[in-house]
Amino acid sequence: MKKINDRQRTFLLITIPIVALFFCFNTLPLIKGAIYSFTNFRGYGSYDWVGLRNYKDLFTDARVGKSYLFTFKLAIVATVVVNVISLILALALNSKIRFKSGLRGLYFVPNILGALVVGYIFNYFFTYILPGFLGMLGIEATSILASTKWAWVGIMIVCAWQSIAMNTIIYISGLQTVPEDVYEAGAIDGATGWTKFKSLTFPLIMPFFTINLVLCMKNFLMVFDQIVALTQGGPTQSTESISYLIYNNGLSGGQFGFQSANAVIFFIVIVAVSVFQMTVLGSKEEQL
Amino acid sequence: MKENVKVKEKYNMPLTVLLIIVGVFTVGFPLYMTVVIAFKSPSEMTNSIAGILSLPKSWSLANFAEAMEVTDFWHSLFNSIFITGVTVGLAIVLHSMIGYVLGRSKAQNKGYNFIYLYIVSGMFVPFAILMMPLVKQTAQIGLDNVAGVILCYVVFYMPMNVLLYSGYLTNIPIALEEAARVDGASTWKTYWSVIFPIMKPMHATVAVLTALGTWNDVMTPLVILGGSDVTTLPLAQMTFQTQFGTNYNLAFASYLLALLPILIFYLICQKQILNGVVNGAVK
Repeated sequence: MKKINDRQRTFLLITIPIVALFFCFNTLPLIKGAIYSFTNFRGYGSYDWVGLRNYKDLFTDARVGKSYLFTFKLAIVATVVVNVISLILALALNSKIRFKSGLRGLYFVPNILGALVVGYIFNYFFTYILPGFLGMLGIEATSILASTKWAWVGIMIVCAWQSIAMNTIIYISGLQTVPEDVYEAGAIDGATGWTKFKSLTFPLIMPFFTINLVLCMKNFLMVFDQIVALTQGGPTQSTESISYLIYNNGLSGGQFGFQSANAVIFFIVIVAVSVFQMTVLGSKEEQL
Repeated sequence: MKENVKVKEKYNMPLTVLLIIVGVFTVGFPLYMTVVIAFKSPSEMTNSIAGILSLPKSWSLANFAEAMEVTDFWHSLFNSIFITGVTVGLAIVLHSMIGYVLGRSKAQNKGYNFIYLYIVSGMFVPFAILMMPLVKQTAQIGLDNVAGVILCYVVFYMPMNVLLYSGYLTNIPIALEEAARVDGASTWKTYWSVIFPIMKPMHATVAVLTALGTWNDVMTPLVILGGSDVTTLPLAQMTFQTQFGTNYNLAFASYLLALLPILIFYLICQKQILNGVVNGAVK
């Protein structure tokens, strides 16, 4: 009996302080944020309760609407681009090539670099090098980051450059779980090329596809560093991501209460998107 | 990763060459650009891209010396190493303990199962919603400093690490602990002498993932340390943007300095890093 008590006591002594810490720096600010969302707090001074007004205003605020449109456009396009390229790259890197581990190592480099510094480097590339190249081809071009129409593509490219590295590695580890005899059996049935990929390889690495989609969407929806380094939300607020807007207007724009409401909605959106992806893709996995 | 057997297997050489070319252009080019610009003097930067991309006339370290001075490089490097090091250490100690408790108890005990789900669901909480209240909260309790940043990281990485540790524990037979218990060892002692060493592969994964995340993170130190002159390596690049002005050579020297530590680290521990990232994502 004494031994069981010792185990239970030790478990409690470990759990209580750690859970308390977690509560203080995760749940408590979450609750506080939700409370602030019902006030007109500017970040300083006194404030009043305003009920649901912030939430009502959110849905009519053009700038907030624009940031959601931009963030989702970026996240969806980048997720598709990243996963298509990563899959192709993973198939290539997993085939019978020379310098296999060296090449894998090379393609992973973008992922270890900090997004902010990478963003600054690409900022220069888009501003000076790319227009220079296009100029040599006889196309007059200015920086795509200065164009309201194309700036998001620049951000997408930088996001993709780093994510492809990560997703490729995950797909490669997926491909390595496919046993060789599946391909041998498939070869007897005459499965080659696209058919082989579509009906053999892809269904078998479906769980890895799910991981990659969920990771990609979640990361891209929270995009921040790249925006800071490349456009700072410009030109004319065309590339303001949700996180950037909350940071900018909430902390220095005097909209603490209003952006708290935005953050609450953003939180719900992230959870909804993740749960949706996992249930839809999870059900596909089970059918196999 | 099995190595190729050279005798029998035939390499796909065209594909190898293609992969090398694509890799050099997509991954190598931005890095090449960073290096050559970092070494040049502003007078070498002509308006044509050939001028920008050619090799520098001399490999002078002047830009780096100046960048170190302007951005207070050693100060921010020290802060980055300190924050990352302490965070990783605390993550391995604290997250493995709570991961162990929850992993062993959640199946039998509803309370622990609830705590497990409570912590793991923290993974879906975006930093954006915690950011504003955290700034207020840390300032109020005097944690708007490096210690506050570390505590935030320990909490932010807890969901993922608890998931990893408790998942790994399902492969470790409970009989090991029971044997130690029969020998009269306390739970605490059993944990440190039996369980903690066995979880070594997971410690490596947790260390890699937590270190990469904290080393490159900008947002947390930006809001917590905002207003003070304490910076981390990435944060310094942002803070000193205005001082670089149009001196891109100085800026790029500084960017290269900011990228170098992690690049060197990657060169040394490439295998561990790749394994860690894959383990973390797949589990």
